[in-house]
Amino acid sequence: MTDVNNRISEIVNSNDVVLFMKGTPLFPQCGFSSRAIAILDHLGVTYESVDVLQDMDIRQGIKSFSEWPTIPQLYVKGEFVGGSDIMMEMFEAGELQQLVADVKTSGAA
Amino acid sequence: MAMPAEEIEALIRAALPDAEVTITDLAGDGDHYAAHVVSPAFRGMTRVAQHKMVYEALGGRMGGELHALQLTTAVPT
Repeated sequence: MTDVNNRISEIVNSNDVVLFMKGTPLFPQCGFSSRAIAILDHLGVTYESVDVLQDMDIRQGIKSFSEWPTIPQLYVKGEFVGGSDIMMEMFEAGELQQLVADVKTSGAA
Repeated sequence: MAMPAEEIEALIRAALPDAEVTITDLAGDGDHYAAHVVSPAFRGMTRVAQHKMVYEALGGRMGGELHALQLTTAVPT
């Protein structure tokens, strides 16, 4: 269990923007993950994604890591931001744009 | 796996008695819902904390029995 927590910590701390999702950005396996990817793509931000369907330890571990019951989960600079509903609310309020404003955009890579 | 809208509303109201709860059955199949919860109890809380409060009211059903619940929360104006 702590082992999984360490792995998750490592992932969220070594990437500015990470999405834990079901499937991949090209082939999301769930409507909520698909919505989260659409928002990140729209922001044009560089992000890492982790497909929880490929790793049962992370799929369960991520829920206790953040004390959040569902996937997708977005992390920015090591901090848990929320799921797809919160991403949408923050995007509509312009808050998500601010949060990732200083993160490298995907076009600049 | 389906769960009636009234049951979702009752669970939220039991934990947040002063909340205004609006449930929309998105697909008409009793399985895909949107819930909008407005409560003074959310004042001063982050969005994550507000959503966690609703998830707690649903007592572990979220992510299990209740797969597809879109949630938005707000403080009354």
